[in-house]
Amino acid sequence: MSTEPATPPHVGIGLAGSFLPPLVALAIAAVVGDLLILSFGEAPSAVFRLLVEGTWGNAYGIGQVLYKTTTLVCTGLAFALAGRAGLFNVGAEGQLAAGGFGAAVVGMLLPAGTPALLAVPLCLLAAMLVGAGVGAVPGALRARFGASEVIVTIMLNFIVLAFLNWIVSSTLHVPETLHTPPIVAGMMPRFADGFAAFRGSAANFTIVFAVLAAVANWWYLFRTRSGYALRAVGLQPDAAEYGGVRVPRVLLVTMCLSGALAGLGGMNFVLGYKGYYEEGFAGGAGFLGIAVALVGRNHPFGILGAALLFATLSQGGLAVNAIVPKQLTDILTAVVILAVATAVPEVQKQLRAAAANVTAAFYRDARKGVS
Amino acid sequence: MTMTDAMRASDLPAIRMTGVVKTFGAVVANRDAFLDVAAGEIHALVGENGAGKSTLMRVLAGMYAPDAGTVQVNGKDVTGWKTQDAIAAGVGMVHQHFMLVPTLTVAENVILGMEPRKGMQVDLHRAVIEVESLCKKCGLHVDAKAKVADLSVGEAQRVEILKALYRGAKILILDEPTAVLSPPEVRDLWTVLRALKADGGTVVLITHKLDEVIAISDTITVMRGGMTMSRFATEGTTPREIARAMVGRDVQLHLDTQGDADSWVAPVASAPSAAPVLRVTNLSVKSDRGARAVHDLIFEIRPGEILGIAGVEGNGQTELLEAIAGLRAMQSGRIELASHDVSSRSVHERADLGLSHIPEDRHRRGLILDYSIAENLILGRQHHFGSFGTLDAARIATHAAEQVQRFDIRPAMPSLPARALSGGNQQKIVIAREMGREFSVLLAAQPTRGVDVGAIEFIHAQLRAARDAGRGILLVSADLPEVLALSDRIAVMYGGRFVTVLPAAQCTAEQLGPYMTGAAV
Repeated sequence: MSTEPATPPHVGIGLAGSFLPPLVALAIAAVVGDLLILSFGEAPSAVFRLLVEGTWGNAYGIGQVLYKTTTLVCTGLAFALAGRAGLFNVGAEGQLAAGGFGAAVVGMLLPAGTPALLAVPLCLLAAMLVGAGVGAVPGALRARFGASEVIVTIMLNFIVLAFLNWIVSSTLHVPETLHTPPIVAGMMPRFADGFAAFRGSAANFTIVFAVLAAVANWWYLFRTRSGYALRAVGLQPDAAEYGGVRVPRVLLVTMCLSGALAGLGGMNFVLGYKGYYEEGFAGGAGFLGIAVALVGRNHPFGILGAALLFATLSQGGLAVNAIVPKQLTDILTAVVILAVATAVPEVQKQLRAAAANVTAAFYRDARKGVS
Repeated sequence: MTMTDAMRASDLPAIRMTGVVKTFGAVVANRDAFLDVAAGEIHALVGENGAGKSTLMRVLAGMYAPDAGTVQVNGKDVTGWKTQDAIAAGVGMVHQHFMLVPTLTVAENVILGMEPRKGMQVDLHRAVIEVESLCKKCGLHVDAKAKVADLSVGEAQRVEILKALYRGAKILILDEPTAVLSPPEVRDLWTVLRALKADGGTVVLITHKLDEVIAISDTITVMRGGMTMSRFATEGTTPREIARAMVGRDVQLHLDTQGDADSWVAPVASAPSAAPVLRVTNLSVKSDRGARAVHDLIFEIRPGEILGIAGVEGNGQTELLEAIAGLRAMQSGRIELASHDVSSRSVHERADLGLSHIPEDRHRRGLILDYSIAENLILGRQHHFGSFGTLDAARIATHAAEQVQRFDIRPAMPSLPARALSGGNQQKIVIAREMGREFSVLLAAQPTRGVDVGAIEFIHAQLRAARDAGRGILLVSADLPEVLALSDRIAVMYGGRFVTVLPAAQCTAEQLGPYMTGAAV
């Protein structure tokens, strides 16, 4: 064409581009929130003031938000990394729990008094390895047999969680509780250890690892050959294969890395907060990671922002519980997710791809059944 | 334009588009475009890539609403109508890029949206029968029960045409239908179109190929830069005249030089003593459907030689090239590159031994459309751009800037995604990547498919220059004149075998035809 585009069309996902949709989504959520609060006969301004005061208004609130952010960053990164390779990892919940369990077991087995400089990396390694192991199952099934990772990860969540519960309740639990004995080494320093103001909040230094993981993710995706191959597989697997990328291998490796990221999140509760593994500690953070990644548009730095947002809403629910039900913020979370899923083309594309992936798997199976 | 044409056009045309303007953001696709198509004629709409032909036709088919201008079909103003309205009015469009459901069968795709029913259920049996009889009637051959995912590009194209005809299209718009067809298939298509015309149908054909324009059309409209440049009656015009209107200058056409085969024989081609750069021995390969696609093939290519493969698409060419490139498992045989056995080597290892590959489908394999030009220019070579598993952004940028300039990729903005470029410029990215480096063997599959005359001229010059520089080239093209014009030797592939191999200087299209259809096996 003789006329060249005057402005270059959208190139990649810039940071500025990832900010606008969540802000619009937030504005919509605020309007819906107003209506809900009014329906309870309360003043929106009062409720929102309470929400902000209870989260960003004091050190305890900030600490709680940062604690929740940490887990969400890990599960968000886990989902996003898989998403970049065209994989839809719904298994972060199980991977998160398994990672926490791995860290707890290593923390219990280490001799008491192991220096933190040795114990923390060992627990970290355990969390990531166990998470990677759980991620490897759907990865291998997809790479080898073309089994839909959506279905396998959903199923595997049940299996992993039930299996962990069985181990804990049959052999490892402290009587009358649902948790393991406390770890003896590898405890993460808490913010409260250094700053008295954070006393009582669960904020701990696992967040440093989460932020480092986000930076490493960005570097891996955009500055390494493996990241180039990973994104190529996600966009056009046939072209990636043509470019010498071993596609099944990338799928397997990506699911392992995704599982490792989710597993890293398990450290936050086990090493950073309670000091033991407890049944049900993941509490949906694995699934909320999907929303974090979608709102953060699969960009590592977008995910940091999205995780902060969802953590704020989650903590804010507790803060406003005195005058309106805390489910209010659950609804706001849902509205944000819906608004982003509706408004952002890439998110729609990713969701459609996941649906097609599942349909194709069912279709394949149906065909096999017939012939 | 003859008097009768002018009168026919003014007397209730099937299609009349006036002053059509269509913009996409800052890009003006159509500015003041006109089109008059008389009922019952075959009208060729020609122009370079990005001239706005497809956009204009999409406006006609109801996919886009024009920003300005009017659209009339059979005298009725239908400006801004929707696709469903267009289909209901008998306007059907066959797109350049297929709009098929790959997991469904041919018959299921054709009937999609207007399924014959038996009670509550879709009557698939009747669908197959209906589609098969439609195939027979139109002379378009395709297995109604085959899955679309397993079809070759040419076969998928035929399904698209069937789809439009099944919906009772009276005005059929074809967007570069022959880009993926072999000469016999093209002849079959012409038969279909002529039958449609005899039946009172109207056909608008978007094409780049001037020989086709001359062969089939009654009237020609030429577009350039989004505008209608000129309108000719086909009778009494020449390819050169049309090409000049398209490009705005004189162009070297291989059509004109076809009879002059001697001028294409390179000096090195007559050195058969040189060791072959590619040797294929007893190669057998299976297709996706598990059938034997390549049978026990033996051939070699020497430096400075272009071996052209002529043949109807779907006779094993795709599988052969994929096997040589390392993208498809071999059943048996041996592939040697410069006397290294590469039969079990990876894609990267083969590339490093001097193998380059222009794949047949640049949208599926050749490019990652959402990657930038710079990122696409290292695809398959990414292990040479950085150490310890990293990528060296500065080197990638320098490399891109060089290649963009050397191969005249436009717009010359390496950060632009490949998707934003026209077909010809997209293909130049592939050419730049595969030919802009040291290589000894080039697999060139449909190197000029869907690109404009200017780019064809450029790509042909690149292929000839590579041959003259002593490279060995395996050329596969559905465009027989292209094979004839470029090759030193021509092999005709039919049913997975080379049924004949001839020196190009002795070949004519008429001579090769019987081999291509299997009649002369």
